[in-house]
Parts: sequence; structure tokens; C-alpha cells
Amino acid sequence: MNILSMKPKTFSLRYQPGFTIIALACFFMLYAPIVTLVIYSFNAGKYISIWEGFSLQWYVSAWNNEIVQDATIRSLVLALQASLYSTVLATMAALGTTRIRPFRGLTAIYAMINQPLMVPEIVTAVALLILFAMIKVATGVQGLFYLVAAHTAFCIPFAYLPIRARLEGMDLTLETAAADLYATPWMTFRRVTLPLMWPGIIAGAMLAFVISLDDIVITEFVKSAGQETLPTYMLGQLRRIITPEINAISTVLLAISLLVVSFFFVVSHKRD
Amino acid sequence: MNMRKLAAGLAGIMMLLASGAAHAGGELQLYNWGNYTNPDLLAKFEKETGIKVTVTDYDSNSTALAKIKAGGHGFDMVVPSASHVKIFIEEGLVIESRPDQMSNFKNVAPEWRNPFFDPGRRYSVPWQWGTVGMVVDTDVYKGDINTSAIVFDPPAELVGKINIAPEMLDIMNTAMMYVGSEPCSTDKAALKKARDVLVAAKPKWLSMDYGLVEKMPRGDYAAAIYWNGAAMRARLAKSSIRYGYPREGYTVWMDNAMVLKDAKNVENAKLFQNFVMDPENAALISSFAKYANGISGSEKFMPEEMATAPEVIVPDEFKSMGVFPPACSKEANDYYTAIWTELTK
Amino acid sequence: MTSSSNNDPSVFAEQLAVRRHWLLCAPALTVLFLAASGPLLIVLVYSFLESGEYGGVVWKPSVDAWFRVVFQRDIFDDTLSLADAHLKILWRSMRLSFFTTITTLILGFPTAYFIATRPQNSRNIWLFMVTVPFWTNLLIRTFAIMEVIRNEGMINTLLIFIGVIDAPVQMMNTDFAIMVGMTYVYLPLMVLPLYAAMERLDFSLVEAAYDLYATRLKVLWRVIIPLVRPGVVAGSILVFIPALGAFVTPRVLGGGKKMMLGNLIELQFGAGRNWPLGAALSITLLAVVMVALLVYVRTVQKNAELQR
Repeated sequence: MNILSMKPKTFSLRYQPGFTIIALACFFMLYAPIVTLVIYSFNAGKYISIWEGFSLQWYVSAWNNEIVQDATIRSLVLALQASLYSTVLATMAALGTTRIRPFRGLTAIYAMINQPLMVPEIVTAVALLILFAMIKVATGVQGLFYLVAAHTAFCIPFAYLPIRARLEGMDLTLETAAADLYATPWMTFRRVTLPLMWPGIIAGAMLAFVISLDDIVITEFVKSAGQETLPTYMLGQLRRIITPEINAISTVLLAISLLVVSFFFVVSHKRD
Repeated sequence: MNMRKLAAGLAGIMMLLASGAAHAGGELQLYNWGNYTNPDLLAKFEKETGIKVTVTDYDSNSTALAKIKAGGHGFDMVVPSASHVKIFIEEGLVIESRPDQMSNFKNVAPEWRNPFFDPGRRYSVPWQWGTVGMVVDTDVYKGDINTSAIVFDPPAELVGKINIAPEMLDIMNTAMMYVGSEPCSTDKAALKKARDVLVAAKPKWLSMDYGLVEKMPRGDYAAAIYWNGAAMRARLAKSSIRYGYPREGYTVWMDNAMVLKDAKNVENAKLFQNFVMDPENAALISSFAKYANGISGSEKFMPEEMATAPEVIVPDEFKSMGVFPPACSKEANDYYTAIWTELTK
Repeated sequence: MTSSSNNDPSVFAEQLAVRRHWLLCAPALTVLFLAASGPLLIVLVYSFLESGEYGGVVWKPSVDAWFRVVFQRDIFDDTLSLADAHLKILWRSMRLSFFTTITTLILGFPTAYFIATRPQNSRNIWLFMVTVPFWTNLLIRTFAIMEVIRNEGMINTLLIFIGVIDAPVQMMNTDFAIMVGMTYVYLPLMVLPLYAAMERLDFSLVEAAYDLYATRLKVLWRVIIPLVRPGVVAGSILVFIPALGAFVTPRVLGGGKKMMLGNLIELQFGAGRNWPLGAALSITLLAVVMVALLVYVRTVQKNAELQR
């Protein structure tokens, strides 16, 4: 409650009226559906919306469901890889498209980087299905590689935009100063540019991760035999019936993500 | 030239690696509808044969067809609906595995031994079959429910409380029969009538969505056109829910398991085809997804509630009104799509 | 590569810099070409082919698909007219996406600002809190929203309990539901880029403005917003475009009675069995997005120059 009553006693530069309330309302809005989702994961009944008492049966059934476990792990592995690769590529591209006077071809680069955003997923999905099928038939090579490539590609713009937003108009004087002090370009990058970019990179990587974790349509078309991910598994369920088992898995994923948050929290506090 | 050699060499190495990773005891890659394969069935199959079955899901016939057609998918078996079985056969995507010569073929019910989509059952074995009909909450509406007018010209009690299954083919076919024509017809007068009926009825619908099993018992809507197995589940949750067979004609569907042309485990797939024609195993399929399976003698292995369900066992008086829609021609399908687009614009 | 430029060291240095920048972009561009843009060429080619009997294409050139994007031949009296269904769906999609972008901006801006003005070490935690709900996936999240807005859902129950309303307000299966859903789904795509831009906000400029007796509103409008403009641009793009092609939300929350562009395209590739038309519709969407983007970026740039 004391955040709400945080009226500026002394004059605050940062204060804007109503912003804190809207922000907290936003967080409330983000979490309200999640709370219902978590509640229904403990439902004794068969449905995700008719409450029939408390039970842990869906956790047990998810725990025993090999398909679900496989799919969940595959989703996480895929998202980790895709977000890692796409963030590295996007960071390089962001460095390559900022801090310089507009040069010829820059617009084309922008267009290309943002292109996955501009096409509905189903289109990319069908196109990738055709292309990858040709490669698979020609080489006989199967594997998660195709999904990783597809996810990396469509995650690049999501990682790129926050990083670029960060870099744009970044104070160049520090870099120049470092160069003047005979720092090698690599040293300048490591010690000056990268730390300044860091918040953008974190934001980009997080976006890429959740975007990959969320993808349904492209995965559905690109996946080969035995490459079910959690979203495609759920898509299959949608037609028949969705049980609270899905809620249970989601709750576990949420718990994991909260653990990660706490971990970061502890680490960042230790450093201070 | 060198590049090509290099590529071929690389591919060879990759293939070796890939095959080395495969299961030694034999495996089977099944491509099936989501939430449609009983894990107990697969466990039983593995116990009897040592073959490990991996299931991957699809959510529509067209997705399955597109992926299989593209190739390089790694699947051994697919389970398309009757309307698509013919397409798979015509496009040369499946092999003639001759289920009709398998030892368990004797169990296939007589009426499913020679279906029009696979005469003589040279390619496919029955998985499950069902109907598309009217699901009505008789607490809300007490009149006749054996008519498609329930959704196409709804009584006042049901206006604004109707759900339509979001499945273009099923709905269009039912509408065509409602106006006195037949599925996949290209008769323009009938198509126009069907369109007018649908456009006039749409404002009286609440939604076009899945999820009836959950939404109808909790009272989101009071009538729907939907699949029979879901109707039974809904009745078990709320006893006033009934399933009606439209006398104007209703559609019948059947999903069938077939072996793919580019399958790597053809023999295992054939074993599986034979396996699911065993009454006890077929009953496992049905007790999971709640539809009938076309195998005689499987009823006695099914749960009590299913073996007698009026949604699953079509009453004799309605048997003649069921129609098995063929694969629509391109022309008919184009008309359907145009009407469907106009309806949901 | 004229000889004169080689002689001028500053031009030469700039050429080197441009080359270095291209090299930095090259890996990303390669991946994008292989797994995004390149395959799109297939779609372009497909849009000029004949449709196959059961989906797919026949390798015969045809402009039939493009014709059908714009015109429809009435199946009953053969008259030709504008494809009113397609235009309606396009217009609906643009409208809904536009309002979704505005709502996410109104909600996301204060949220990002709030996060950016937290003490340094807790900012990443708040940021992470924005993405936590997204560890569940899109489908389950959409279902969870349904639980909140349906007739017996959280909001209606609460409002009836307080006594604001007597009967539940129908929110499910409406455009409103689609907007709520999309706003929810796309909010982080707005907050994260905004945050990235605000985090480096130089508050000495804000201080200077206050020293000149600017009001809070003026500071926000004339100082803060112009400074974080790149973030606003990035966020709006990230929300608007995916919303245009949204597919799951209109189906689940909108009740599926009205299509959006994503659904229309999916219909052509799926049950409609008309891949060339699906391809042509996709290219149309792409063109619309490009034009909108260009206009948007130009306007923003012009405004930025005016304010300078």
C-alpha cells in the first residue's frame, strides 16, 4: 500500500500523476487470469471452469504423462536456443544499424529484419513447410534443427527492436572517450558499449524467449514426427476437451519462472 | 559437382547418426488427431510387440494432408477422416497395406467392410466413427429436436443461445441437406438457398466455437450442432441434454488408419493396423475418445455408459437419414468457401 | 569506388565503417533470408499459380487468385463486384489492431515508466514480472481471460456482488472480448521496448524543464515522450502487426462468428483448399503493413524534426 501513497513529499523529478496507479492496475490485470488458471489447476473435476473441490490429481496425471513432459521440455529447450541465437544475432544487427549516418541499404536491412513481423504466421508456416520438406527429402536429415532455425528467425525482430531502441541516440561520447584513451575496439565494446546496451539486451532476450515459448502455428507446420511442443500439444486438445492437466503444467512453468526471478533478485542484491 | 558429392556425403553421415539414435526394439510414428489416442492402447501394443509408438498431433485434415504431401515428415501412419481418405489414396500418399487380408479383419462390422471411400478396405482400417447432429438442452426447449431447424431456423426459446461447430464442411453439408439438396452439390439454386438460410440464421447464434463438453453443461448456450461423442459427455454432465438426428439428413464421418508411402516402419504399421481391429483394443480407442469404432464385439469391452448411449448407437428410425459426404469437388469446395467467407465476414 | 573517394581519407574511413556495419548485420540477415524472407518468395510464386484440386498448387501460371482478392463473381447471377467480404475483414482487422495498439500504449507507457523509475536493482525484477504470465502459453492464457470475462466469470460476479449491475454483461463473443484478449496478449510487446528506451532517460533534461516552470503534463508531453519516441515506435510496431494477423484470440474470445485476416488466410490454406488465394491475401496484407509502416515512420520522423 505504501507504493500507492507514495506522493512526493519533496519535489520528485520522476513523479507523473496517475502513472503508478495505472501501472499497478496493469499488473493486476496481467495476473488476474493467471490466478484463476492456478486455482483451477487444483480442481477435482474434469473441466477447467467448473469447480468441484480441491485435488492434486491433475499434477499427478501431468507427472505421469510422458507426452506432456516431453513436450514441455522440448518447448523450453527450443525457446532457450532460439532466444540465445536470436539475441546474439539481433545485438550484432542493432550495432550494425545504429551509431552511423544512414547509409545506402539501411532501409532494406530494416525491412528484412522486421519482415517476420509483417507476415501472418500461417504464411511463414506454409512457406517453411514447403522449403524444409524439400531439404528433409533431399538430405534425409531430421531433427530439432529446423524448428530452432524457424524460431530463431521469427524471434530476431522481437529481440532487435528493444536493443535498437536502447542504442538509438546512445551517448557516443563515452565510446569516443574510451578510444581516445587507447582502448582497443573490443575493450571499448566490452567495457563501455555492452554495459550500456545491457537493459535492451535483457528486454530483447526475454521477449524472444516468451515469443518462442508461445508459438503455435509455425511449430505445428514445421514439426516432424515426435516433435510435439507444449503449444502444439494444446492445439490438438482444443478440438476435443481441455482438462485442468494443462493448468497444472502451466502452474509448474509459472513456478519455475518465479524461481528464476527470485534467483535474479538474490544475485542482484548480493552484488550491491 | 564437388559440392553435390560433399552434400551427399554429409547427408549420409547424418542419416547414419539419425538411424543410430532410433529405438532398437522397433518404433512407430503415428500422426493422429490431438487427444485421440488412448495411452493404454499404445502401452498394450508395446507390451505385446515391443514396438514403441510415438504420437504426434494434428488439429485438422488439411494440416495433416499438407504436411504429408510436402514430405520429409518422418511419420509412418495417419488417421484422416473419410472425406480425406480418398484424397490420400488418389494422391498416392499411402500404401495398399491390405487390411482386408489381415487376421483381425473378420472383426470389422459388415457395414464398414466395403466403404465407398476405400472399396474392399485395401488401405484403411476403422479408427472411430460418429455423426454430426443437434445437441439441445431440453430444460430450455421442449419441442422436436430431430431437425436441423434447431440451428438453421431456431425456435424463439433458443435464439441467441446457439453454438455452431467451427467446421466448414460439416456445417455446409448439413445446411445443403436442410434445403433439400445433398452434400457437395454444385446446384446453384440449392447453394443460394443454403446461403440465405445461413445468413438469416447467423444473428441468432451466440458463437461458432469448440468446447461444447464444458460450455453447454455450465449453461453458456442451450443448443448446438456438434459431434455425437461430445454430446454424450455433455449429457453425462447435465442430464437434460439430448442429441437429435436431423430428419432432413445428418452427416456421418469416420476416421481411418492408413500406412504412409514414405513410412520407415511399414511392417510395424501393418501390425498396428491389425492390432486396432481386435475388439478389445478397439474398445480402448472408444473408451478414451467416446466414439464408436466399427469393430464388432468391442461393445462388451466398453464402459457401460457408452455401450447403450443413444448418441453412439444410432436409433433404427434415424439410420437411413445419415449421409456419408464424399470428398467435395474443387468447384463445390470453392462455393462452400465463398459462402463461408460471406457468413463469417 | 571512384578514385577520388579513395584519395579522401574521411570518405575512405566512412566506407570502412559502412562495411563493418554490413558485416555486423550479415549473420542475422542470412538466418532471416533462409528461414523467413526466402520462403516468402515461395508464397509470392504460389500466388501466381493455379490452385490444386486438394490444396497445394498446379504449376500453371494464373492471376485468378489476385483477381479474387479484389473482386468476387457472384456465384448465383455471375455479376462482378468488389470482394466486399475481404474488404470488410481487412477493415475490421485494421480497426481492432489499431485500438489494441492504442490501449496497450495507454496502459504500457505508465507501466514502463513505473518500472524505469524503480531503484536500479529491482527494475529487472519488475520487468520479469511483466513476462511471467507469458510462461504459460497463448492458448491457456486466452482460456484464462475467458474465465475472467465470461457471464459467470470474475468481473461479472464481482460487479453483481457489489450491486453495480443486476444481470451479467455479455462480454464473451464480442469485439470487445477480442480487444481485451489482444491487449492482454500483446501488452509485454509494448512495455519492453518502451522500458528499454525510458531506462536511459536523462532526468537532467526533465529537471531543466521544471526549472523553466514547466508543468508535469508539459514535461511529459514535451520532454519525456519525445525522448522515448523510438521506444513508442518499436512498441507500436510490435503490437500492431501481430495483432493484424491474430488468429487464436478472435476464434476463442470472439466466438469465431467473425473472421480476422489471420483466420481468412488460414481458411484458404486449410479447408478452402485454395493456396494461391491464401498466398495472394498474405502478400496483400504484407503490402498494407508496409505502407502503414512507411507512413508511420515518416510521420514520426517529421514530427521529431519539427520539434528539434
